[in-house]
Amino acid sequence: MAATAFAAPLIVYLVAFYAFPLYRNIELSVHDYTIRAFVQGNAKFVGLSNYADVITSQTFLPALRNTALFTAVSIAFQYTIGLGLAVFFRNNFRLSGVLRGMFLIPWLLPLIVSASTWSWMLNSDSGIVNSVLQAFGIGQINWLTSPGMALVSVIIANIWLGIPFNLVILYSGLQNISPDIYEAASLDGASGWKRFWHITFPLLRPVSAITLLLGLIYTLKVVDVIWIMTTGGPGDVSTTLAVWSYREAFGTGQPAFSPASAVGNLLILIALAFGVLYLYVQRRQETS
Amino acid sequence: MTSRPRWWKTALGVFFTALMLFPVYWMVNVSFTKTKNMRADPPHWFPWDATTEGYQAVFHQQTPALATSLLIGFGSVALTLVISAPAGYALAKLRLRGTGSLNFILLVAQMIPAVVMAMGFYAIYLRLGWLNTIVGLIVADSTVAVPFGVLLFTAFMSGIPEELIQAAKIDGANTWRTFRSVILPVSRNSIVTVSLFAFLWAWSDFVFASTLDRNGTMIPITLGIYKYIGSNTTQWNSIMAAAVVASVPAAVLLVVAQRYVAAGVIAGAIKE
Repeated sequence: MAATAFAAPLIVYLVAFYAFPLYRNIELSVHDYTIRAFVQGNAKFVGLSNYADVITSQTFLPALRNTALFTAVSIAFQYTIGLGLAVFFRNNFRLSGVLRGMFLIPWLLPLIVSASTWSWMLNSDSGIVNSVLQAFGIGQINWLTSPGMALVSVIIANIWLGIPFNLVILYSGLQNISPDIYEAASLDGASGWKRFWHITFPLLRPVSAITLLLGLIYTLKVVDVIWIMTTGGPGDVSTTLAVWSYREAFGTGQPAFSPASAVGNLLILIALAFGVLYLYVQRRQETS
Repeated sequence: MTSRPRWWKTALGVFFTALMLFPVYWMVNVSFTKTKNMRADPPHWFPWDATTEGYQAVFHQQTPALATSLLIGFGSVALTLVISAPAGYALAKLRLRGTGSLNFILLVAQMIPAVVMAMGFYAIYLRLGWLNTIVGLIVADSTVAVPFGVLLFTAFMSGIPEELIQAAKIDGANTWRTFRSVILPVSRNSIVTVSLFAFLWAWSDFVFASTLDRNGTMIPITLGIYKYIGSNTTQWNSIMAAAVVASVPAAVLLVVAQRYVAAGVIAGAIKE
């Protein structure tokens, strides 16, 4: 009895503030909601036609492609750099703890702060990045406003944001590898590079899998960085599914909640697919 | 292993850290740069000719937004703790039925994109009249922290020795008393970690603020900065000064509670 009483607030909370918003979101996606229909509550039921419209829309394929690129490239770099740094910080040199702590800063800053700082650094005329490149004889790059570079720019900023998370988790994974194994390997004369490929990397595989999948689930959801830096533009070149959904619902003068929620629900399906994979991997690790 | 002096590793570490934190340095640098020097070519690498005009503008214009953000942060911490600490106890120690499915729901809940939640909340708040209110934002922001909080409390409280609870029972304490005067005090570290993250997430939130509080009279600092950028693209010193001020809680937390931060990141990813 007591158990139920202690869990009751959580259950009420989950129903009211998770299940209900999600239900409303599904409801939005199968009706034709305008702002007026919103207030009067008499939107027409249209079945799955919002989904059909979204999938056949000209934005759909580019948004899907951008989501895949944004997620895959961000994660590949975050993970590689994070792992390199984790291995580096494992050498307990003087100040390593303090420096590792400072690496958390980008992750703790509000996203609006990082995104607006990056916007100004990448500014075409007065940004520090172009100014440095010019010193090396590279001409002006329109990072945020040219179709070829906008997606690259938001990916760069997002990689920077994700490095601390990867570093912290992979570092804690490294801590769990017994030093004895390394000692044995160095007695066998294995060099640093060999030790990494034959000991560190294979033993870190479970932690790596979790890190990559969590990174994937987080990155799929990203709206703020992209919206603040490019609003998904120019055109649709840096529009991901999450940004598309946000723009339809809140980004223009005319909110189109029904298509926006359809896009959002498709995004949930993708996130859940990877979520199930994450749970599967985690379970398997617990039993092994 | 011999412990030779490894000064070159320290030097390399300092170099990497400097490279990583360059954007943060640049934000501080720009915040002190005079408007007339803002578009200087080459840019000023150090604010020799420093000004505090950006900070003055922030304190004149953004003080209410900072107060609003504090209020939302504390509200979100309170709501998160009230919901998640007892639930964690129930899941860890009270043999709640359906523990497995509840844990599963909490994990799935963390995967739902904020933009989807924002649309659902928008539809609900429109009817309730909660749009553009502090309460509405506190509730929405807490949805990020509650699943994390429950999972963290559950993991920690599972490790509390059963003898401690039995001893309290023998002394005549009921479940609520045991929770209040035995469980909560020993869970202090978890309470700190959960509070810290709940505060930071609420303080940093942009998606909920920009959707559920767009036309509010009391806007949080994140939205304040966003509106600043939209209306005022020449005074980047003011924008960056606001960004520096908005980063203060993160900096304070890092200095005061670094080990809790690292513990929280890891707990969120790897379950015991």
